[in-house]
Amino acid sequence: MPNKSETVTGKDRYKSGVMEYKKMGYWEPDYEPNDTDIIAVFRITPQDGVDPIEAAAAVAGESSTATWTVVWTDRLTATEKYRAKAHRVDPVPNAPGQYFAYIAYDLDLFEPGSIANLSASIIGNVFGFKPLKALRLEDMRFPVAYVKTFQGPATGIVVERERLDKFGRPLLGATVKPKLGLSGRNYGRVVYEALKGGLDFTKDDENINSQPFMHWRERFLYCMEAVNKAQAETGEIKGTYLNVTAATMEDMYERADFAKELGSNIVMIDLVIGYTAIQSMAKWARRNDMILHLHRAGHSTYTRQKSHGVSFRVIAKWMRLAGVDHIHAGTVVGKLEGDPATTRGYYDICRENHNPMKLENGIFFDQHWASLNKLMPVASGGIHAGQMHQLIDLLGEDVVLQFGGGTIGHPMGIAAGATANRVALEAMILARNEGRDYLREGPEILEHAARSCLPLRQALDVWKDVTFNYASTDTPDFVPVATAAE
Amino acid sequence: MRITQGAFSFLPDLTDDQIRAQVQYCIDNKWAVSLEFTDDPHPRNTYWDMWGHPMFDNPDAAALMMELNACRKLYGDRYIRVVAFDSSQGWESVKLSFIVNRPAEEPGYRLERQEAAGRMIRYTTKPYAADKPAGTRYG
Repeated sequence: MPNKSETVTGKDRYKSGVMEYKKMGYWEPDYEPNDTDIIAVFRITPQDGVDPIEAAAAVAGESSTATWTVVWTDRLTATEKYRAKAHRVDPVPNAPGQYFAYIAYDLDLFEPGSIANLSASIIGNVFGFKPLKALRLEDMRFPVAYVKTFQGPATGIVVERERLDKFGRPLLGATVKPKLGLSGRNYGRVVYEALKGGLDFTKDDENINSQPFMHWRERFLYCMEAVNKAQAETGEIKGTYLNVTAATMEDMYERADFAKELGSNIVMIDLVIGYTAIQSMAKWARRNDMILHLHRAGHSTYTRQKSHGVSFRVIAKWMRLAGVDHIHAGTVVGKLEGDPATTRGYYDICRENHNPMKLENGIFFDQHWASLNKLMPVASGGIHAGQMHQLIDLLGEDVVLQFGGGTIGHPMGIAAGATANRVALEAMILARNEGRDYLREGPEILEHAARSCLPLRQALDVWKDVTFNYASTDTPDFVPVATAAE
Repeated sequence: MRITQGAFSFLPDLTDDQIRAQVQYCIDNKWAVSLEFTDDPHPRNTYWDMWGHPMFDNPDAAALMMELNACRKLYGDRYIRVVAFDSSQGWESVKLSFIVNRPAEEPGYRLERQEAAGRMIRYTTKPYAADKPAGTRYG
């Protein structure tokens, strides 16, 4: 891409009329981003005939200070500082017509500690901008100075494990099914059986709120009976994510307070409640010693297609800043979208204190998390005990593995399904720690464990051939290849 | 009943060879291993009694196995767990914990319910064993 600034300077810059964005100062190829800049990388698809540099400059302009025409009031401000600067435009490998545009934003463009403010700039008006066919926010780099203005996960992985007294293995969960229609009493039955059988957590689904078949107080009361009963029968701490998603903030606080009063250790919200509500609930969770589970309901509407929207890796970063403790981040092998390399990137964003740039995982920038708590990823959707070796290999140990159908659909019942999953998990962790090649020997390890566990035997028989092999739509654009040094 | 705290409670009791392999895994990860025992298996009993300090500079699982045998001689009628502690920045907590000794009988827990207003119930979990004074609960 051409690397000469075309910025008009002097008197001509503020002549009334329309001027190309790249001439207004939104394309500065020589610009070296400051350590305190926020940087965003967008995938831009300009309309036919639109110069990609001008398109990148327009994105920078429309997501910061610009409007469509020159305005004299710019001169009342330190406008050069406040202009976002597109400073690098690269063609996307193997995708004609698409470009990665790197744009740097001065820290002072943003309110401290507000995802709403951040997103209003970065994904505000600009996504409907006519000269672009499509636009996707691929990744963002946040300076430590900005990261430190956020609370971060209310509890974090380490403290969550301490509170639950569960170390050295993934946690196990299940979403209660059918997701709609059960009465409170029936619903609690599923929770009780699953927890008694060996799961650590059960979960409300994203759309379980307060419906005619089960109002929220019924659900909370019966679920806590189930949790306490299962706890007493196993001697182990149990939990159930009580979904407090509701129409208003006041309703959510009321539900969350009731959950706390009942002794629950965790509450749940949906991504669709919005960034401000999420941050409010994160503060509530920190104040009240509760774990905060986030279901990413709705995200696929804008994360899945590569050409337009927001990558989930950006959502994961925002949610770590916003302060949730759990986030659904993909299973790779399950029923929902999830390329392995891309998913790896999401998990790293959740769990590491520093993410080095790793293009093959879709990570465009080094990111320091400045000791913000770690965010527990949740793998949920179409997974079963027979995949345990793959799940541990792909997702590691700090993850909640959620087997909904894979628990409740067990031929011997819910508790048996839970036991099968727990035994498979423990056997695989034991083997991994012993130094066995558990990925290759996985099926054998499971077979062996099933010899002393009939429920696992049955689970393996029922689900052994279930896989979801479809091509992913959201895959990395960069493949690691060996290249000769230039 | 069988209490299912710790990482491997759903598997058949680990043999000493299996315990040794897990301990060596922890040591190889530079985690300090130690033993803790209790006769109060309440799920929120965080502080089991320590059997000495965590072994911060121990390169070999054999040393812990020796301690385990000594601990079993004295407290074989109680719960004993191996705890591995990771002091690295960002974790600074337990990394693995699993039970390596159990009482012959595990009587389990009583769940007490106190009915309160608005269908609210206050739950209390009590190990049956805790009805007896500490030190005389099992065996």
